[in-house]
This record gives sequence, C-alpha cells and structure tokens, in this order.
Amino acid sequence: MSANREAQDSRPTTAEDPLPAQRRRARQALALPGPAAIEAPLVIETHGLTKRYGSRTAVDDVDLHVAQGDRYGFLGPNGSGKTTLVRMLLGLVYATRGEIRVLGREVPSQVHEVLPSIGAMVEGPAAYGHLSGRANLDLLDASGPGGRSGRKRRVEEALERVGLARIDRRPVRTYSLGMRQRLGLAGALLTTPDLLVLDEPTNGLDPHGIREIRELLIELNEEGTTVFLSSHLLAEIEALCTRVGVVDHGKLVLEEPMDSVRRTTGRIIVVTPDVDRALGVLGRAVVDRTESGGIVVAPPDGDGSHGLARHLIAHEVRLDALEPERVSLEDVVVDLTGPGDDRAAGSDGTGRNPW
Amino acid sequence: MIVVELRKLFRRPRTWVTIGLLCLLPAIVAAFLASTRITPPPGQGAAFLSAVLESGSLYPAAALALVLPIFLPVAVAVVAGDAVAGESTAGTLRYLLVRPVRRTALLGAKLVSVIVFVVVTVAAVAGSSYVVGVTLFGAGDPIAVVNAIPQIGGPGGGGSSSSSGSSSSGGTANGPAAAAPAAPGASPPAAGTPGTGTSTGLDPTEARDRAADSVSSLSGAPLSPGDLALRLLGAMGYITISMLGVGAIAFFLSTATASALGATLGALAALITSQVLVTLDAAASVTPYLPTRYWLAWIDFFRDPIFLRDIRSGVLVQLAYVLVLMVASWANFTTKDVAA
Repeated sequence: MSANREAQDSRPTTAEDPLPAQRRRARQALALPGPAAIEAPLVIETHGLTKRYGSRTAVDDVDLHVAQGDRYGFLGPNGSGKTTLVRMLLGLVYATRGEIRVLGREVPSQVHEVLPSIGAMVEGPAAYGHLSGRANLDLLDASGPGGRSGRKRRVEEALERVGLARIDRRPVRTYSLGMRQRLGLAGALLTTPDLLVLDEPTNGLDPHGIREIRELLIELNEEGTTVFLSSHLLAEIEALCTRVGVVDHGKLVLEEPMDSVRRTTGRIIVVTPDVDRALGVLGRAVVDRTESGGIVVAPPDGDGSHGLARHLIAHEVRLDALEPERVSLEDVVVDLTGPGDDRAAGSDGTGRNPW
Repeated sequence: MIVVELRKLFRRPRTWVTIGLLCLLPAIVAAFLASTRITPPPGQGAAFLSAVLESGSLYPAAALALVLPIFLPVAVAVVAGDAVAGESTAGTLRYLLVRPVRRTALLGAKLVSVIVFVVVTVAAVAGSSYVVGVTLFGAGDPIAVVNAIPQIGGPGGGGSSSSSGSSSSGGTANGPAAAAPAAPGASPPAAGTPGTGTSTGLDPTEARDRAADSVSSLSGAPLSPGDLALRLLGAMGYITISMLGVGAIAFFLSTATASALGATLGALAALITSQVLVTLDAAASVTPYLPTRYWLAWIDFFRDPIFLRDIRSGVLVQLAYVLVLMVASWANFTTKDVAA
C-alpha cells in the first residue's frame, strides 16, 4: 500500500462526494486491500479528469493509473463515461478540467508525439464502406507516419495478426460485424504499439473470435505492449486483465490489481452428490450454499482443503470437487455500483443495469 | 495527406457519378439541338446556346452556363459538405486523428481535395462538351458568336430594363440573366455597367433579330482558336473560383454539424438566399458582397474586349468568402470534441 495513493484517497474532496465513502464501505465489506503500489512507470495517468457536457458530467474527477505492462480492464456500464474517457486519452475530446499524461506526455498538448506509439480502436470499428479492407488499411497507413516503402508489408502483417490474411477485394460494407472488428484491430496494429487502447474490442465476435483476440492481446502484452481495454463485459475483463478499473456514472470507483480483487476468501466450496450427508458431517462449518448447490465451508484455522477432504472421505462423502472460494469480479462490481444507486433514476437515463 | 484525400475522393464512385451526370446534361441538350436545329433565340435559354449551331467549339461555354446555376453548386456542396461531417458520421474521422493526422493538416488536405474536385469537374464538363459540340455542330467560326453575346447582354442589363424601352419582365427575360432560367436570382453580368462598349440601349427584340439575322453585322475582332481557348480557360478558372465560395460555405458547415446532408443543404440554402437578394433592389446595399452576385461575370470573358471589372470583383468576393470561412472552419474544427 503506497502512502501517497492512500493520501489521495483521503483528500478533502471525499467529504463532499459520497462515492469514495461508498468505495471505502465496499472495500471494508469485502475486506479488500487498498490499492497496491505500482512499481512500473505509468503509461496512462490522469489527475482530476473531468468532462462536462452542459450540466451533465460524463467523466467526474477520475484519477487513472495504468502501469507499463498492464493489461488494464476499464469496466463500466454503457453510458458510464468509458468512451468519453478513452477519447480524452487520445486527444479527440478535450477535458473540462484535469490533467492527462500518456506515455509521459501531456495530452492533448503533446498528443501528437505519443499517438504514433499508440494503437487505438475507439467505440467500434469504422472504415470506408466502398473500399476493400486492404484498401482501407492502406489509406490508414498512408495517413500515418510510416513511409510508402514498408506499407504493403505492414498492412499484410496487420491483417495476418487479426486473422484476415485471406480477405478478398470485397468492399467493407459487405463485411460482418466480426470482420469489421478484426479490421479495426488491424488498423490499431499497423505498427506494433507501445500502448493499445481498445474500446469494446470483442463486440460482434463469436466465442471463437473472442478467444482468438484475447490470445492476440496476451501475446502483444508479452511482447511489451501495454493494453488498455474498456468493456462492459465482466467475463472478458476477468479473463484477460491484470488490473481493473471500475467506472460508474463517470467516477472511478475501484482501481485494483485483478489478483487482489479476485483474491481467495479463505473459504472452500465443496461439490458433492451426497449433499445431506456432507451437511451432517460438516455441521456448523457450513456457512453458505452456492447457486449450483455447492457447499461453502469455512474450515477451522489450520485445517485447509487437504484436511477437509480427508475428513469428508473418512465419513464416506463422495467428492466431485473441492475448490477455494474466490471473490468474483461481479460481486465486487455489483457491490460498488449497486447499493444506493437507483439506476432507473440515474442521470445516464438508460435505466439499464447490464449487470 | 493531400494524396490520401485525393485517393479517397477519386476512389469514391459517387465522385464519378456526379461528374458523369454533370457532363450528361449538356450532352442531352446538344443532342436535342443537333437533331432539331431549333435554338433558343439569342438571349433566351442558356447563354451561348443560340450560338452553338454556328460554332460547336463554343459549346463548352454553353455547357458551363447550363450547369452553373444548379448542378455545379449542388455537386460542390455535396462534396464539400461531406468532407468533415461525412468522415465524422462514418467514424473514420477519429481513426484519422489518432493515426495521427493533425487537425489543421486534415482540414487543409480536405480543402485541396474540394478544390481539385471543382477543377476536375469544370474541366470534365468543358472537355466533354467540346467534343460533343464539335462532333454535333462542327468547329464552325466562333467570331460572330462571341461578339453576339454582349450585344444581347446590353439591353437586359439588370434593373435598368426600363431604359431599354421594353417592359421590365421583357428586359430581364432577354438579358443574360435569363440565360440561367433555373436560377431565378442570377445576376445579369452586365448589370449596371452601361459603359461596356456594347449597345446598351438596344431593343431586345432588335438585338435578337440582329443576332439571328446576320452574324456579319456584329462588330468585334475575330477570335483565333488560341484566343478562344484562352477565353474558355479564363471562364473555367473564374467558374472554379465562384464554386469555391459555395464549397467554403458547405465546408464550414461540415465542421460545424455532424450531418453531411445538413451541411450541404445549409450551403444551398445560403446560395438561394443570396440569389434572391441579388435581384432585390431593396437589398442593393449588400448585393456586392453576396456570393452569387458576380457568378455570371465569366460571360465577360467572351466580350470584346474582355470586360474585367466584374470578374475582378467576383474573384475578390469569392476569395474573401473562402478565406473567412476557412479560418472559421479551422477555429471550429481544432477546438472541437470529436465525439462521433
């Protein structure tokens, strides 16, 4: 736990807005640790970032910290300000207040110095519908810093990476959403970027495609690209990311390493066909039942899953599985964004709760 | 960036369809003229149409007069109105900007592509109609034709039709203003310019008779093919510059609105307003500054000698519009949130 991060949390502003308090409550309820110290240099850093559209506040006092090498999941429901924030990081939308540093440079004033090292896909892919995918990438590459000489190779490599190597000359308007999504990703990968900013990159992809993209992102990450990914899909973030930031109504309500979010609770889930027998054997150690019928057991201190297994087998309880209970990201997010937050009356007007 | 914008422009089917249609209209007119040999009387119908039977090499001028009032401004407004708003709607604008393309550079490249579009379109219309004209009417002798224009241009001169002795409706109908029937407010090129050296007081009927009667009765130096080509080039250049004003209006609106259609229609609305005001005597105080005020001054290239005053004013007005609106577009675009 770093001292200065903690100091930020207890700034005077917390008195007037309820959310940090809510965040602290949630952290206590879930016994979450505070934000871990970030050793790697920050790739994205915002301070008090705020964007207002008239009286509506789309992004509200956000302090974001994305470290080098992170796979950062930026999670929030539709309309929570994710896209506006992503656009501000890229200098497309100008902040009302606050500071942004990306790859060590001020945004938007120095954004042109860092954009060449950033691959981005913002709010869905876009292309010229009457041109082929290849022609689109060619135009995009020609608009960028790269010279003419390596263009064909860059385009082919990008297409190869996203699994579009064999596209023909059909115009993009005939593409499926999944193909467009891949093409958009290819556009972001024309150069191997230091930072990849992706807004909902797996929209419209089938499960196979989602896995492929996930593997691609992990591969790029291992080659040194920091991945900043926004999504409203919990599972996607959970499967891919090493750090998670949760945004709700424009405020960042959580920013944690995924490991500490998804930490074990110390309790163990027992899955068995002999439920009644097991309940009898375990007695007061049973604290809960899972939705699928598993038994949640709080073993006495020192008696881990091995002891529990021996104990159950000794009493002729057959075991299908025995696993440590983990806090799910969903629990965390629902706890942070749920209580006291009437979404139907929310300022985003959507009245939907995607979770 | 300019190359990229030009590739986008010319790889777009719409661009070629637009240019094709603009070339088609004069070709259709030419086909009718050639098959019937009935021309509008001089001063009626599109400018120069009455003359093209004598010389097909003058048909480019007639063709430009046909497309100038409506088709050409519409085409320019569509392309310029789409320039920024279209990319914004399609979402490609944000990808260009994060490539990164600087906003100022993008705007400049877009402006160049609009200019190139206008130049290519005007050249295509002139070129295709030259071929059509010479094929259907023969190269002929452009001398008399050229000199006939100021003769019939004089009497209809603007609001001073009463001095021509005919009714005011007759006066305007016979002036070159009527050369562009589709443009109700088109400005007569000779408006308020009695000193052009042409027969200002000539009765329109007489002018028509004389023009139709005998080409040899008209005065003026004969035109060599080179001279004609130069005059045509001058006219094409002037029309190009005239269209840039329209382009600049549409372009500015394109940075101000998210809708390409809105920008196009806004620019056309501005033009129609301008054309209405140009004919309105009550609006005389603003008339010289309206974008369409000097649109028809290109006809002055075919006077003998070339009458430059309105041409010069027209160029200045258009350049002023382009300059002011481009600065406004730039200020608007560079400070704007790209949220689409």
